[in-house]
Amino acid sequence: MKELDFDAVVIGGGAAGMAAALELDARGKTVAVVEREESLGGILMQCIHNGFGLIEFDQELSGPEFAERFEKRVAESRIAAFCRTTVIEIDVAGELKTLICASAEVGVLRLRSRAVVLAMGCRERNRGNVRIPGSRPAGIYTAGLAQRLVNIEGYIPGKDIVVIGSGDIGLIMARRMSWVGCAVHAVVEILPYPSGITRNIVQCLHDFDIPLHLAHLTTKIYGKSRVEGVEITPIENGALRSEKAFDIPCDTVLLSVGLVPENELSRKAGVEINPMTSGASVDSTMMTSVPGVFACGNVLHVHDLVDYVVEESRRAGAFAANWLEGRRPKAEIRVKAGSNVRYVNPGRVEPGRENKLYLRSLVVKNDALLEAKLNNRVVRSSKKSHVQPSEMMTLVLGPSELDVAGALADPIIEISIL
Amino acid sequence: MTRELVCITCPMGCHLKVDGVEGGSLNVTGNRCQRGAAYAREELLAPKRTVTATCRVKGAVAPDEGVGGSTRFPPRRVPCRSLAPFPREEVPKLLQAIYNLEVALPVRSGQVLIADALGTGIDVIATRSVS
Repeated sequence: MKELDFDAVVIGGGAAGMAAALELDARGKTVAVVEREESLGGILMQCIHNGFGLIEFDQELSGPEFAERFEKRVAESRIAAFCRTTVIEIDVAGELKTLICASAEVGVLRLRSRAVVLAMGCRERNRGNVRIPGSRPAGIYTAGLAQRLVNIEGYIPGKDIVVIGSGDIGLIMARRMSWVGCAVHAVVEILPYPSGITRNIVQCLHDFDIPLHLAHLTTKIYGKSRVEGVEITPIENGALRSEKAFDIPCDTVLLSVGLVPENELSRKAGVEINPMTSGASVDSTMMTSVPGVFACGNVLHVHDLVDYVVEESRRAGAFAANWLEGRRPKAEIRVKAGSNVRYVNPGRVEPGRENKLYLRSLVVKNDALLEAKLNNRVVRSSKKSHVQPSEMMTLVLGPSELDVAGALADPIIEISIL
Repeated sequence: MTRELVCITCPMGCHLKVDGVEGGSLNVTGNRCQRGAAYAREELLAPKRTVTATCRVKGAVAPDEGVGGSTRFPPRRVPCRSLAPFPREEVPKLLQAIYNLEVALPVRSGQVLIADALGTGIDVIATRSVS
């Protein structure tokens, strides 16, 4: 059995893992990245559409182009990348953490390090998570699986498609299936408003005259060996109107019904999970409840832009480097999600420096006010022309907002959208 | 005839009403900023879209024809995109041209696969390096 020691090991070689590892490497730490796929890049490799990199590179790139720029930097660094290697378990009991991995090349591999960065990303919710009644025929895919089949493996999973859920991946797949010659008959969304951004509604649905059924529930999937259709029922004032239900014939159903951080390894290692994000609860340095274990990217909370993922992950890498050097926050202030805010990440800030926070709104609103209160006193208030749940917001709190906290017994920052 | 559009320049999503499309002198209302008027003009008079797709790899074998081992690497499709937004009505023709391609490996990201596609002056480039 092969055993290797590093200062830090990063789990996951997608955008988050590469960004965190590059930062650790730049700080002179020895780093390994463990990736279960054949190459680095993560989910970006199947996201061949454009729209990536506007913040990071000031250009609109496709997913693989964005990934390749990071892969190149990794190749030029001293980072040890272990591809085709799966982490089975994280043992955090000792002074050194041990990752027990299964590698396609060397069999069982043990990587030991003082710091671990979790960057495993997220996975799609599936039919079981949304409980669609009916039989279990072939032809039901998550949108991301269909994306992989079409864009990487070169298979078209069906001809007549219905997309359930109006998240961005579903909308982008509606366009992709249209562009490869399929007929997309409908996108069905349970909520009264679309989950994806307007740009995708226009360019992925309107361009192809694909109907979007808002406030409709998929109440049945028909078919024995292969999908034959779906039954769609309108929702009015919160009640299903069964008498208005209708059928849409199709041979393939794509599900785009949300993403969940992939935290099985973290849970097994005793990392505390925040039920609002399904990601780890982290302090002002993005460290989880297990000392020396950090988290970033979609495994921490689901992002909508890879640009935000790399920005956050670079910070996680820098914080992990600080921790390895023995630096700890002197004091921390708890952060609370106030009215109309679903969650704020990280859950703590450190006075004396700038803290970047990511948050998600619970409401769709124009001319909103983003407000931060320190023990009921407003310390920051900024206008937002538009807020909606599908667009993550950012907020920077620095010394001017936080340094008065020293005089308070139990300081707490509450962030609200008014 | 009044045309209705949702502006996609920013997340505000202004609902635009546009008159005079037939005469070519557009009158845009409902926009909260000038970008809305510019968007409506381009979208109604000369709509453009960035096209992304994949093309075949020369000599690629179907996974079930391979002999054991990994079935996913090297990939059987190479992703590509138009280097600039492409006239929307020409998109189906461009896709057909991309699907007719067979790219020999190795290919590097940024390599031109179709130069001056359909005489538009816009190139189609590979977006992934595969060797």
